[in-house]
Amino acid sequence: MGFMEKILLKNADVPDINDIDVYVAHGGYKSLDKAFQMGPAAVLEEVKRSGLRGRGGAWFPAGMKWQFCVEVNKFPKYLIANADEGEPATFKDRPFLEKDPHQLIEGMIVSAYAIGASKGYIYLRGEYPTGYKVLNAAIDQAYKKNMLGQHIKGADFSFDLAVHRGAGAYICGEASALIESLEGKRGQFRVRPPYMATHGAFGMPTVVNNVETLVNVSHIINGGADWWGSIGSKDSPGPKIFGISGHLQRPGLYELPMGVTLRELIYEYGGGIKDGRELKAVIPGGVSTAMLTPEHLDIKMDVKSLQAAGSAIGSGATTVMSEDACVVHMVWRAMAFFYHESCGRCTPCREGTDWMVKILARIENGAGRTEDLKILEDVCHTIHNNCFCPLGEGAVNPVLSSLKYFRQDFEEHIRTRGCPKGLRARARH
Amino acid sequence: MITLSENTLQEIERAASKYVDRKSALMAALWAAQAEFGQLSPDVIEAVAEVIGVSSAHAQGLATYHSLYWKKPVGKYVVMLCTNIACTLMGAETLLEHLEKKLGIHEGETTPDGMFTLQEVECIGSCGNAPAMVINETFYYDLTAEKIDGILSGLR
Ligand SMILES: Cc1cc2nc3c(=O)[nH]c(=O)nc-3n(C[C@H](O)[C@H](O)[C@H](O)COP(=O)(O)O)c2cc1C
Ligand code: SF4
Ligand code: FES
Repeated sequence: MGFMEKILLKNADVPDINDIDVYVAHGGYKSLDKAFQMGPAAVLEEVKRSGLRGRGGAWFPAGMKWQFCVEVNKFPKYLIANADEGEPATFKDRPFLEKDPHQLIEGMIVSAYAIGASKGYIYLRGEYPTGYKVLNAAIDQAYKKNMLGQHIKGADFSFDLAVHRGAGAYICGEASALIESLEGKRGQFRVRPPYMATHGAFGMPTVVNNVETLVNVSHIINGGADWWGSIGSKDSPGPKIFGISGHLQRPGLYELPMGVTLRELIYEYGGGIKDGRELKAVIPGGVSTAMLTPEHLDIKMDVKSLQAAGSAIGSGATTVMSEDACVVHMVWRAMAFFYHESCGRCTPCREGTDWMVKILARIENGAGRTEDLKILEDVCHTIHNNCFCPLGEGAVNPVLSSLKYFRQDFEEHIRTRGCPKGLRARARH
Repeated sequence: MITLSENTLQEIERAASKYVDRKSALMAALWAAQAEFGQLSPDVIEAVAEVIGVSSAHAQGLATYHSLYWKKPVGKYVVMLCTNIACTLMGAETLLEHLEKKLGIHEGETTPDGMFTLQEVECIGSCGNAPAMVINETFYYDLTAEKIDGILSGLR
């Protein structure tokens, strides 16, 4: 397949690209002129036509989400960049938060223009302190150059932007919980309706988009929807930053067209499995997505193909396990994460993740019973049907998929009273 | 009751000016207070709540909701080792044991001299360079036991 010409990560190796002058010298903020010439309705139309879908996990069409908000006659409107990047094994937004902040700011201005939003926030995860400094400095510079503030570059459009710093809580990455958190409350899921398009931040029409989604917008405007939409898969087009991790020769971030296969991702870009070992399992889109096996290597990394395979593209964070990994151990660790992050509001999620951590730990540590596998499945089904928000559903995926594909590993742990790889599940606080 | 420094108060007001409702600045205020006092004890939280104009219970509830607000005293250096899946696959658990031995404490504890707190954390967005850890605001990547020894002796 070869490496594609970089679009989103084109500035990755440019020194001082966080400086607005360097950014402008590299063609930055050009999309503003074009957008202001086109007018907001045409920008919205272009984004719709491009087929851009949100890159935060749910893959909702961006143009459609914006349209809902445009139609509401209530002001001010808000645009929020979701920079919470909390899905484990996801590290794709970080370059824009720490190195190339103006690309995000530019994308936000153009998007806000199309939406008619006059206020914006970047909800930044607390774990990225460098990003907090870099983004704030970049915003200050953008104000000085009149890329932000009143009548941007003389146009009839004003937009204010600020950073809101999180403090560690996975659930705050969920769009409605994020808004609660922005308002100074505990970030908890809001039941819809009312929808965010009408009642979002501070009761006003609001769009929440992932960082990578917003970054793409300037490129759609600069290069046109036809060019942008011709990249990658038909149902979910465009360039995508894939973060690959785990047992690989060359883990890291790779910008590739949507629709690259898992095999290409792992063997061509990732350099194959570490130390020449065999592939055992792949988590294609972050810990909340269902595990796959070597049988699935020819599946395309796009929304439709992964869904058809019983998994999901999620954040596009692919984690690879070699034959040296213990699947039971990894599922236990994933569940410990979900238990830790459950907001505690729904009993099935709170109690169910707790219970599953305990069962998985006891299987891993040699005290598992044959009935435990059935219990795990039952708990998963209870969570699946009885929870408010998708966090609970995410917790179910690693368990059900591993029981489907690697049941013999669980059974072996139970039969031989312990982990064949000699691993143990620690007590955790 | 504790009083917040002029600096912290200014920072809180700067944050509050960014929102239509000053309650939104509660998170920023807790960050600022933590930077001043090193932790968010109940009286620090109470002082923050008063400045923002929310109940102490509300501020307390928010502080306990988030893992990066310290509710008890921490060491001069907070060593946060990621043990989420990418890091665990690359050996983070062995490194956690190594750190526990080296520092003579368990995960979650602080050394008696007040130098180090050891914490196991969820993904810190460094999965391509696993295992990874953060000490205060500095990230360390592609860790090995030897690398950790070097980093710790550099801090002592
Ligand atoms: C538990 C949970 C955590 C989430 N975390 C994030 C996150 O860290 N970043 C993100 O962009 N979206 C996250 N999402 C998805 C958001 O709810 C939302 O769909 C997304 O920000 C919308 O932007 P997009 O349409 O551009 O993808 C999360 C969802 C759930 C259920
Ligand atoms: S499913 Fe879990 S995280 Fe979501 S609202 Fe219920 S308890 Fe909270
Ligand atoms: S899993 Fe450790 S940094 Fe992401």
